[in-house]
Amino acid sequence: MADQMTGGAMRWARVAGRGMIGLRLDLGDAALAGAVTGAAGVPLPAPRRIETAGARRLAWMSPDELLLFLPAEEVPAMLEAIRAGFGDGFAMAVDLSEARALFRLEGPGAREALAKAAPVDLHPDAFGPGDFRRTRLGQVAAAFAQVGEAPETFELVCFRSLAEHMATWLDTAGAPGAFPGVFARA
Amino acid sequence: MLLLTCPHCGVSAEETEFHPGGEAHLKRFGPGASDDAFAGYMFERANPRGVHFERWRHVFGCGKWFHLARCTASLEVFGAYPADVTAPPEEILAKIRARRPGWEPAPAAKPAAKPEGDA
Repeated sequence: MADQMTGGAMRWARVAGRGMIGLRLDLGDAALAGAVTGAAGVPLPAPRRIETAGARRLAWMSPDELLLFLPAEEVPAMLEAIRAGFGDGFAMAVDLSEARALFRLEGPGAREALAKAAPVDLHPDAFGPGDFRRTRLGQVAAAFAQVGEAPETFELVCFRSLAEHMATWLDTAGAPGAFPGVFARA
Repeated sequence: MLLLTCPHCGVSAEETEFHPGGEAHLKRFGPGASDDAFAGYMFERANPRGVHFERWRHVFGCGKWFHLARCTASLEVFGAYPADVTAPPEEILAKIRARRPGWEPAPAAKPAAKPEGDA
């Protein structure tokens, strides 16, 4: 299942080999925020946004929390660099790579698939490239971002213990005939 | 269906993205308090038909707690405000008064429901 692609309007795959670092800090503290952006080489995201630089992404999780996505092999060195930058500051960097599962959704139906399960306005005018949203998908806590435009691409994380459930849900939501086409008509 | 806006992350969503945390501005009575005061804190809750102050948590979003002023009859939301206050701020009270002329915060009759420093 890990690399399975489903046909139709929405293709999805579970993304392997991506590390995640959870960061807790006062985002208004220039020294602490600079330790993150300096080590990661990604600008600080605005609230509810995600920033991308090369293979790394930095997502705004809450007013005092960021999530850094990066290649798994870079995690140990990155943790060291960020912690060195924090110094004695009141902040925390933790390897959360195994906490969440990452999925990639692609195609003209991806937006609509998400809209079916999340209480989020996913109209293209309301949710576009670089937007990041923590919410729920069905009954499952999840977060997703639009990371590409043509074709429309979204990346989705949920807790790893729920990855099987998410995979089944994505297959169901992406099945042929499961798209009413509301955004296509809009 | 309530439409709430989280004052921490600015997300507007319907109520299923949030979780209610009960009546707001309860004053805790712990060890050393009288039985009556503790029973009031533990069990007695306002159950108004109209303006109500509640605690909510943005459980599927940023995870933060906040306060909410809303109407239990019409489900109108007057506003959200930070969790670290013991009484509704004046701007929220002003919004409620604008929508409910003549409304005043309930007098702190019971110790359990006493909003400290009420404006």
